[in-house]
Amino acid sequence: MQAYHLTASDLACRRGERLLFRGLCLTLRSGDALHVAGANGIGKTSLLRILAGLLRPFAGTTTHDGSVGLIDERTALNPQIALGKALEFWGDLDGCSDQRMNCQLMGIDELIDIPVRYLSTGQKKRAAFARLLNQGTNIWLLDEPLNGLDSEGRAKVDALIRLHCGGGGICVVASHTPIDLPSGQALDLTEFAV
Amino acid sequence: MIGILLKRDLVALMPGGKQGGSILPLLFFLAVAMLYPFAVGPDAQLLARTGGGVIWVAALLAAILPLDRLIAPDLEQGVFDQLVLRGISEEIVVAVRMMAHWLSFAPLLLLAALPAAALLSLDAESLRTVLLGLLAGTPGLAAIGVMIAALTAGLRGGAALSGLLLIPLAVPILIFGAGSLSRPDGAGIALTAAISLVLVAMAPFAGGAAIRAAREG
Repeated sequence: MQAYHLTASDLACRRGERLLFRGLCLTLRSGDALHVAGANGIGKTSLLRILAGLLRPFAGTTTHDGSVGLIDERTALNPQIALGKALEFWGDLDGCSDQRMNCQLMGIDELIDIPVRYLSTGQKKRAAFARLLNQGTNIWLLDEPLNGLDSEGRAKVDALIRLHCGGGGICVVASHTPIDLPSGQALDLTEFAV
Repeated sequence: MIGILLKRDLVALMPGGKQGGSILPLLFFLAVAMLYPFAVGPDAQLLARTGGGVIWVAALLAAILPLDRLIAPDLEQGVFDQLVLRGISEEIVVAVRMMAHWLSFAPLLLLAALPAAALLSLDAESLRTVLLGLLAGTPGLAAIGVMIAALTAGLRGGAALSGLLLIPLAVPILIFGAGSLSRPDGAGIALTAAISLVLVAMAPFAGGAAIRAAREG
């Protein structure tokens, strides 16, 4: 099994005039899951975006080995078109062959003809997970993945994270609500707040 | 990969269809050509002399009508973030978007220039010059449009700003494009094409940088 890793050393993040956190180090290897906790506005989303390479850190460096997938509050699915078509775009781009199966897995295969704008928050979250599964990446960065999901959806996400980490993947979950992760690692951003 | 991106952009921007772009730019273009003779009077000579310029101004304005739908929705929905995660740079996305934008308005505009020329009583020679000029100039207009859309995507009140930004950028194309009508040789068209090429070469990089700046902001 190939080993992946995700490391960050001495990270600091600044948004506008405010330094959100500094001195943050983390090392994750294949099979690791990390729960990033902390109050609203402490920088959980910014940390995930830095790890994804979408935001430049104010200081420090990140490295990763393996492909990165991100779920945040935006679904990146065109609201005007049917869910199936919107997912198909990303699936085609990722060269995914069993898109149908991932829709069934997330319980949204009944919704594929409905335009994305009519979907509920939870349904959109499920669609985002279907997109992530189609992508088949090694490192998952999940920003508040449980928002809007019902208990069945939460259980599903729990199981998916376990499967992913069990298969050698890495998962970082930013969430202000407790979440049951396989390895039980947690990082409280409050400790690094300025 | 470029094919998949282009297909998605074309579906989103082409006129007609359920989720497609509107046919408004085209109607706008024809409306100007229809209303102009009413405004200046039915003097065929005056119309023929000024008609080419009017077609050019109408084409320019029609090209910027869909600007707010070019980049901003994708930026809001996080599409660019997901594309970057897949190793597809903003430059490629903007280049493909520019192609789709051009395809969605220019061919129809060239067709609509035929009835417009009839309404403005242009002769065959002027019509030929206008069509060639538009063919040379519209890629530049598409490039300007995509650049401005990217620059204003993250801003409140971006639509008002895009109108202001467009004027200085579009003036060179307009001067040489419309100017080619008053010269017998093809120099004006050649210069229009040259400006278009420069803008087309520049747009992916300018647009890509603007989208990155909007994301980090």
